[in-house]
Parts: sequence; structure tokens; C-alpha cells
Amino acid sequence: MATLLKTENLTRRLEDEAIPVTLVRQANVEVREGEYVAIKGPSGSGKSSLLYLLGLLDRPTSGKIYFRDQDISNFSQNKLAQLRLEQMGFVFQFHFLLPEFTSLENVMIPMRKLGNLSDKEIKIAATERLAELGLADHINKLPSQLSGGQRQRVAIARALANNPKLILADEPTGNLDTVSSENVQEILQNLVKTHGCSVVVVTHDPEFAQRCDRTITIVDGAIVEEE
Amino acid sequence: MRLLAFIALKHLLARKRQSIVSLMGIVLGVAFFLAISSIMQGSEEDFIKRLVDNSPHITISDEFRNPRVQPVDRLYGDKGIVSISGVKPLTETRGIRGYEKILVYLENQPDIKVSPVLTGSSIISFAGQEKGVTINGMIPQEIDRVSTIRDYMVEGSLDRLYANPDGVLIGVTLAKNLSLALNDTITISAQNGNVRTLKIVGIFKTGRSGYDRSQVFMNLKRAQALLGRINRINAILVKLDQPNQALLRAHEIEAVIKYKSESWQEQSEDLMSTLAIRNKIMYTVVSAVLVVAAFGIYNVISTVVMEKHRDIAILKSMGFPASDIRMIFLIQGVLLGVAGNLAGVPLGVIFMRAMEEIEFRPPGSTEAISMPVSWGMEQFAIAATFALSAAVLASFLPARKASHVQPVDILRGGL
Repeated sequence: MATLLKTENLTRRLEDEAIPVTLVRQANVEVREGEYVAIKGPSGSGKSSLLYLLGLLDRPTSGKIYFRDQDISNFSQNKLAQLRLEQMGFVFQFHFLLPEFTSLENVMIPMRKLGNLSDKEIKIAATERLAELGLADHINKLPSQLSGGQRQRVAIARALANNPKLILADEPTGNLDTVSSENVQEILQNLVKTHGCSVVVVTHDPEFAQRCDRTITIVDGAIVEEE
Repeated sequence: MRLLAFIALKHLLARKRQSIVSLMGIVLGVAFFLAISSIMQGSEEDFIKRLVDNSPHITISDEFRNPRVQPVDRLYGDKGIVSISGVKPLTETRGIRGYEKILVYLENQPDIKVSPVLTGSSIISFAGQEKGVTINGMIPQEIDRVSTIRDYMVEGSLDRLYANPDGVLIGVTLAKNLSLALNDTITISAQNGNVRTLKIVGIFKTGRSGYDRSQVFMNLKRAQALLGRINRINAILVKLDQPNQALLRAHEIEAVIKYKSESWQEQSEDLMSTLAIRNKIMYTVVSAVLVVAAFGIYNVISTVVMEKHRDIAILKSMGFPASDIRMIFLIQGVLLGVAGNLAGVPLGVIFMRAMEEIEFRPPGSTEAISMPVSWGMEQFAIAATFALSAAVLASFLPARKASHVQPVDILRGGL
């Protein structure tokens, strides 16, 4: 399988703090297309920081990132934003939906931003995404009217909005009860099959990690184990 | 862009009360701005209209701004060959030389109406009293072209001056002072000793007491005879189709005919500068209202930005660049500005209508007048533009701050 995302000696330090902290040190990660990767490790080990770097939300202090063999380490913020819009989707621990917008609108926003489809097509596509995740009855509800599991599913639908190549999830089940958590895990696992995208998920739940094709363990910002 | 506007609108609608309060600032600002500027503008226009209507737009007098150069100096002046000292010019009757030619020249201009006039001082005697007056010798049929005196006639009429070459029009104050009435006969004597007996055929009242006391209108030929200046005039009064052009046209005319041509602006320069200063003060004060309103907008958008840090982080993670985020909050400023105008302009119009209804009696006036309100488009434009730009400027700082939000900082914090 072709390599989707690759990093070389990726390091992120917070220099401004009173005591400089190294969040991620010398990380070499490779995510192949259609792969389901888990990043695990104890709290504060730098799992999320690594995920933000992979998701181009944060810039590394040193090291390089390649997306489909293209060095994007020096891309401008705007180019990175465009890349995120077209190729990536995010799911966070807290659902992070826009509270003023309905489920449907939340899913439509990235599509409208990309602007590849007409308004009508966007509406149909967004409704399909939500229906796929069992939210057909909730498309016109505000996030505050949904349960935790439902919100997280809307967030996944939103992440999938522009058919990204890479889904990055930061403890997507961290805030959910067991039933919803199970449900979300299943959905993510299916995405790899149904949408053919790669999924990188940060979790400290060993069971969740076991479902993945590969697990990267990180301790104190350094990758200690890949299995 | 439509998407950004949609997001911006949702943010504002989500906190209706706050948005409405800050909107009220702009609405009241625009309304007061309009109310005050319309009354100031209106009173100024009213004032200038009176000024322009009641006086000639350009007065050409028998003076030169610069003394005339002797012919010999004109020919040899810079050569230093010939010099003449102690020149004693011939004493001649004062007046505008060759005024007929000048009149023809002026009358050929399409936007100009002219009438020659001979003014001079003389004394009216009646019942043992004497009053110094300024006589205006004019061609009766032409008075209407350059003067609005017809509108101010209270007794008799201007037309009677056409019929009676020995008629005279006097002001109401003068009539009162000398206990004169219509059809009375008065004696006017000039400085040169000439005396004429004239009949009062009309009495005017302009409301300006100095004018009503001292100005007298009579037939040009009679005035020339009285003042001993046969076939002379000493002023040409000019009315323009476009009074605002007076300054420019006066320069043009003077360049051609050389005689001093004064526009009404030049004649009332001090007054005009007072009005200009008054305008500056007014706009400063009214703008302050809108500046205060702008702080309200700054406040509400700042609050939105603070509360929306998390949403900004989400939008950025989705792939919205910083410029989009900035635009969202700038649009909020624009929305508040536009909404402020949409509500503020009608409210301002209501204020203006209400002020027009107010009638009052100025001191010394016999008639009640309503407040002069100007409906000029430019003040609407100024109010709307100012309100809109204040709103956009006020949203600029919070918008910039929002665009600088780093998604990672927010995501790390968890909330």
C-alpha cells in the first residue's frame, strides 16, 4: 500500500514556557493508505500533540512531514488549511460541533467551504452521510438536542464530509458511555473498509487499540514501540 | 463568502439581546446624526438662500482691484527711457466706462442676467426731517431680473414704478420714521445740490431693518439726473442660474472687463467662514455619537470572539484559513453597520419630520416659521458611510484577534 503520510524526526518543543517542554521528540511515523492506526500511551505522553502535528494543526519545531511523498513542512498556513479541507477530517474527544448550527449544517459547512458541489448536491450528500451513521431522524436538531453518542457521530459525519483521505481522531470515545463508545469504534473501523480512508486514532483504551491494524506507543513524546 | 456571511449571521443571532443593544447604539447614532445635521444644514441653506436671493450674485463696481497703469508706462515702463511724474488725470464723472459694451458682453452669456444700477447717497426731506438714504437708480423693467424686491412689497407695487418715471420705492422703516404713506410726495436732494420731487409708489419690507431704513429705488434716468451723472452707472448687478458658480464666474468676468467683480461669497466671506466653522463643530459632535456607538460594536464582537474561541479552532481545523476567520467577524461588523443604517435612517427621517412640524417665532419676527430641515442626500450618505465604517473599524481589532487564534491552544485546553 502506498504511503499517505510520513514524518522524519518530527520534534515539537514549547520554547516559550518557563521550563521548555518537548512534546514530541524525533518521531518517525508512517501511515499507509487504508490503514487503521492507533496511537496509545499514558496521559501527557504527547499522543495528542503528535496527532495535531500529523493533522497539520501544529507546526513541528524540527523534522519533516510528507503527504503523498510531497514535503509539506514549509507549506504556508493557507496551503495547509486547504490540504486539511480537502484531505483530512478531525474527530475530537469533545464533539466540538458548532452549537448554533443543526447537524445537517455542521456537516454541510466543510462541503460548502470546499465548494465543489452545488448547494442542492451538498444538502443531499450531507443528509446521506448522516443517514449512513444512523442520524436520519436528527438532521435538523441542534447539537444541544442530541446525546453524546449522537453528537460524536455527527462529528464523524462532518469529518467525512469532503471524502478525506485521512481521518484523525483524538480520543473519540473518551467522553462516551460503553454502548456509544462501542458504536463509535465500529463506525471508525468500518470507515477504512467503506470509504477507503486511513484512520489514525489516539486512545488510551487498550481494547480500542487492539481493533486497529497497528499500534504506536508513545511515552514522554518519543515513540517506544510499534506493533 | 456566502458561507462566511451565514456563519457570521448565526453568531449574531445566537446572542440577540447583546446584538440588539449594540445595534441600538448605531441606530440612535445614525438618527441623531441625521436629525442634527439636517437642521444645521437646513438652517445654513435657508440662510444662504436668503443671502443669495436678496442680493446680486455678482456685483460689478466702478473700481479696480489694482490701479490702472498709465499708457506711457504700459509702453515704455520696463525700458526706463521715459518717465513722467506728477500726472494729473482729467477729472471725469465717475462710473463704469463703456458699460453698454460690458452689458452686451454679459448678456451674451447664457447663464447670466444683468441690470445696470447707479447708486449714490442723498437726503430725503419731509416735514422738516431729513434722512440720509442710498438711492438705487435702476431700469424699472429690469429690477425683477436681479432683485427680489417685488416679493417684499407691502403697499403699492413695483409695476407702478414702470408707469411713473417720478415714482420711488422706499422701505417700511423709513416710511415710519418720516411718517410717510403711499402716494405721498417727497423731496430728495443730492450732494451736488440737485433736488427732485418724487412720489412714493410702493413700500417694501424685507425684514432687515438697515435695508428698510436706508434703501430707495427709483428710475435710472432720474437717478442719473439727480446725481448729476448723466449716462453713467456705477454698478452692474448680476444674477446667475447657478449661484454656487458665482466665485468662479466673477473671476472670469473680472479677467475680461477688468472692473472689480465681487461674488456674493466674497462679499460675505466672514459669514461663510462662520458657517464653515459651525459645520465642523457640528460634525465633530455628531460623529462622537457614532464613535461611542462603535465602541458598542467593538464590545459585542469582542465578546463573540472570546466566546467563540472553540468554534474558531474547529473552523480552522476544518480548513478555514485565517483570512476567512477574520472575514467572518468583519462581516459581523458590516451586518451591524448595515442593520444600524436600515433602522437608523428611517428613525432619523421620523426625527426630521417631527422637527419640521415644530413652529416657532424668531425674536423680532411677526410670522411663525418652521424649522428649516434640509433633505439633502449627502447627509444621508455621510451618516450611512460613517456608521458603516465605524462598525467595520470597530470589528477590525476583534476580527484580527480571532484570526490569530491557534487551534492547538484551544484543542489542548480541551474546552
